[in-house]
Amino acid sequence: MLRLHYNLEKLSMGLVVGIIVAASIGGAVEIAPLFTIDETVAIPDDLRPQTPLELAGREIFIREGCYACHSQMVRHLADEIDRYGPYSLAAESAYDHPMLWGSKRTGPDLARLGGKYSDAWHVAHLINPRAVAPTSIMPAYPWLTARLDTDILSAELATLALLGVPYSEDMVANAGRDALAQSRPDSDGAANVTERYGETVAIRAFDGDTSRLTEMDALVAYLQSLGTLTRAAYETLGQEAAR
Amino acid sequence: MSRQSHHEVEIDPITGHETTGHDWNGIRELNTPFPRMVIWALSLAFAYSVVAWVLLPAWPLGRDYTRGLLGLDQGRMAVENYRHLEQARADWVVPFASADFASLATNPGLMARAMPAAARLFADNCAACHGVEATGGPGFPSLADGAWLWSADPAAIAETLRYGINSPHTDTRFSQMPAFGRDGLLTREQVAAVADYVLALSSGNADPDSHGAAIFAENCSACHGDAGSGGLGIGAPVLADDHWIYGGTRDDILATLGGGRQGVMPAWEGRLSPAEINMLAIYVSRLNDGGNAGDGR
Repeated sequence: MLRLHYNLEKLSMGLVVGIIVAASIGGAVEIAPLFTIDETVAIPDDLRPQTPLELAGREIFIREGCYACHSQMVRHLADEIDRYGPYSLAAESAYDHPMLWGSKRTGPDLARLGGKYSDAWHVAHLINPRAVAPTSIMPAYPWLTARLDTDILSAELATLALLGVPYSEDMVANAGRDALAQSRPDSDGAANVTERYGETVAIRAFDGDTSRLTEMDALVAYLQSLGTLTRAAYETLGQEAAR
Repeated sequence: MSRQSHHEVEIDPITGHETTGHDWNGIRELNTPFPRMVIWALSLAFAYSVVAWVLLPAWPLGRDYTRGLLGLDQGRMAVENYRHLEQARADWVVPFASADFASLATNPGLMARAMPAAARLFADNCAACHGVEATGGPGFPSLADGAWLWSADPAAIAETLRYGINSPHTDTRFSQMPAFGRDGLLTREQVAAVADYVLALSSGNADPDSHGAAIFAENCSACHGDAGSGGLGIGAPVLADDHWIYGGTRDDILATLGGGRQGVMPAWEGRLSPAEINMLAIYVSRLNDGGNAGDGR
């Protein structure tokens, strides 16, 4: 063993070769499993991609740094299942680029948030968390009442489609219109959203005002969609969910 | 190898280490090998990893992976542990799956176990809107004031919990205050007169012969009852008291009359078990009972 070290110290090319061999093994072990990731994560049949409005909300979620305090992953622990519901599956975030699992929880986990509270609560809570939860330390986000910019949504869907998210050409072309229609249940486009994204998509004025499409609409639509894109996770508990 | 044979072993006088024989303008490089401890630790760690590969889930194989001899699965373990949790609570949770509220609420042994748990469920699920003290807030009804929109009966409260109000659930309760102003059902002058009448109702000195009373009888009493006495069990609040959901100032009342209200209570079926819902229903039905809900607060 001492002689090996002695020789490696003296022969620099030998040292280089040794480093390359050792690093290659480490790299192969880390990287090789990713080549089969498409087979490893089985996509559930009922998994739907996010609608353009929800996707815009996701971008706002990232922009405001919500992920810094809220994870989106229920862990494989009994008390997590007890509090939040079934543990998260990799497949649930198969269409997330990037995924927002997180690990730090200053606030509660959001993976099963969709449908837990009303839209009005989310709006009041985002504008001023202390208005509904007096002891909350979450920052206020009053500027979310600003108009939502839908111009980049088509490009965003197209990018995600390149990454394998099943957005059709139809969905990409109509992204901006669909975002607006999802917040206007009485509009002509609302039926198109249902047709393109499925019956489970919520079509409402999420911020309570049908006259304006705001960032609040997008963020609340996103929050209400969390955990509702597939029912696959509920199969781990052997229970059929109500809705 | 030939170079090595030419080199005479040279010992550094200060450290006592062998040198490599390299000489950089008088500076001699020491041959300082890894400490034996580190080599051993590395070897042991490597040996452990080989054992772990054999025993635990390790290598991905396309759609599958090597399961390991121990057959451990974190997901399955978590669900098993969750089932154990459920079993440990079963003796006082399972009885609540029955909807016989009267006999449940009169069983002190059961209630002593269940009500603290219901208080925790309330804090985790209901307090966000209704407040930690269940006193509500603007847009979210107080549950502690004894003013019930539907009914004080635990069975009715359980139904509200299960299906929600104006929720996406197919069996949801439905309740809507129309936008009398915005939708042109009443003129501005009529809205103002009704607002004054409703304000007077809550203070108990309303004039039954006023213009506002006439408009109220025609447009509002179908849901809110004669002179706002409520009690129809359709989610329309009593107006002849001083409990308010959306605020009791004249401006608040004008806003409610003008733009309407359609508050949403989520449906909890699927998120909470039937037993948990019934437990919460009894807990909530007792919230206005002078703090006798039995949560030990």
